[in-house]
Amino acid sequence: MAEVEESNKPLFAGLSDISISEDIPVEGDISVPVGSQNTDNDFSTLDEPVKDTILRDLRAVGQKFVHVMYPKKSSALLRDWDLWGPLLLCVTLALMLQGGSADSEEDGRPQFAEVFVIIWFGSVIITLNSKLLGGTISFFQSLCVLGYCILPLTVAMIVCRIVLLGGASVVSFAVRLIVVTASFSWSTFASTAFLADSQPANRKALVVYPVFLFYFVIGWMILTFSPSQ
Amino acid sequence: MANTDFLLQFQEFEDDQGFTENNQGATTVTIDDPIKSRKQRKATGTSFEEEDNDDKTELLSGEKKSPPFWTFEYYQTLFDVDSHQVKNRIVGSILPWPGKNFVEVYLRSNPDLYGPFWICATLVFVIAISGNMSSFLVNYGQPKFKYVPDFRKVTMAATAIYSYAWLVPLALWGFLTWRNTKITCLVSYSFMQILCVYGYSLSIYIPAVILWIIPSEGLRWCSIVVALCLSGSVLVMTFWPAIREDKPRITIAITSTIVILHALLAIGCKAFFFSTYELDHTEPLTTKAINNNSSINAN
Repeated sequence: MAEVEESNKPLFAGLSDISISEDIPVEGDISVPVGSQNTDNDFSTLDEPVKDTILRDLRAVGQKFVHVMYPKKSSALLRDWDLWGPLLLCVTLALMLQGGSADSEEDGRPQFAEVFVIIWFGSVIITLNSKLLGGTISFFQSLCVLGYCILPLTVAMIVCRIVLLGGASVVSFAVRLIVVTASFSWSTFASTAFLADSQPANRKALVVYPVFLFYFVIGWMILTFSPSQ
Repeated sequence: MANTDFLLQFQEFEDDQGFTENNQGATTVTIDDPIKSRKQRKATGTSFEEEDNDDKTELLSGEKKSPPFWTFEYYQTLFDVDSHQVKNRIVGSILPWPGKNFVEVYLRSNPDLYGPFWICATLVFVIAISGNMSSFLVNYGQPKFKYVPDFRKVTMAATAIYSYAWLVPLALWGFLTWRNTKITCLVSYSFMQILCVYGYSLSIYIPAVILWIIPSEGLRWCSIVVALCLSGSVLVMTFWPAIREDKPRITIAITSTIVILHALLAIGCKAFFFSTYELDHTEPLTTKAINNNSSINAN
């Protein structure tokens, strides 16, 4: 074994002769990026009045409403998602669908909890479905888009209640049918415009169909709503 | 000195052929040419058009190992279908073709959970909506009837359909597995494949239920019989290769159980969700409905 070491020694002997010449200049600057002052300003929102805080969130929600009503291919809904808008819309819709009094014994009209569960549970299942099919959108982004696209249906609900104030006749039914159909297709189209890009091309129909079913069921609940006298 | 030189020098091993010739008990593995195996499958299969995607997934699925069932990727493998594959599977479950086994032809080794889940969900909502619409239409002219949408139908329909779509395949798979220990059978289906077959076979009921909105008893029974024949025959033809080598008594028992359960689901849904018009009506149609219901209850 000693012979092996002796044979190895000449190989590494020359390494000690290598030296870095002092002629090579070393350049560059070492600096710490000074951004800490800006971030301190962003995070210290404790000092601002409460009105500013609330208005900032409301403005963000309102801006997303505008994006839903005019669905261009913008990524604002996807980039900064929030769940305030969907919560607001879901609670409004569930309250209006509840109808108020539970007087009759055969009251099979959907309760608040049922509508709430259908909307949120349905959104979660559709999101899981699109993720399982290989979508690239994240979980909360998809929930955000599906929730915000309920806005046309909520508007239709308000319109239906106003129409029903004038009595329940065939004409009012026809008007409500047209309004609900238009808003349901608007919702489906708006959410498809946001969600379809994140899916592989040969599975788009598989992702769009559950969204269609979801809004169809909500539209059906709105259409068959009859106020209790 | 000589010892270390021997260790440091590169050693040549013997040729492989000498190795295998001496070893007579060696097993050799040959990998089939993919093109050759595809042609073989075409020759033995049926004469419809084959999609390359199905072949590719068949070949690839034999090579990749399945991830454990507690990871998200495992469930992604169960949703590995394209739109046209789902469409073909639905068409294949509606139109029975003699000689085309649904599992062999459409599923191969790629059963999916997308079809069964969403077909059941659609069926649940279609039953609830059609039930509400039919009760509304029947009671339309009556002044003292006030239409109230019955939301409880959704929960009841969901319970019935999903338990049928999950428990019956579970029972059938358990039974077939138990019989496989007694008699060796060439064809054995996995649980996912049986689940998939049952899920897709429910798709014929969706147009049938939509037809039930029209309050005509003859039309309803006619649509039930047609739907039952189509999807029942698909089910029977799918499971026939798995049970035909058994004793004839067991074969007949399983076949008739499959058909009877399928029929019971349809008739039960019809009787439960679509017979609300017997409450206040005084037409002779009411007595026929009551007779139908009593005959079903007597079964």
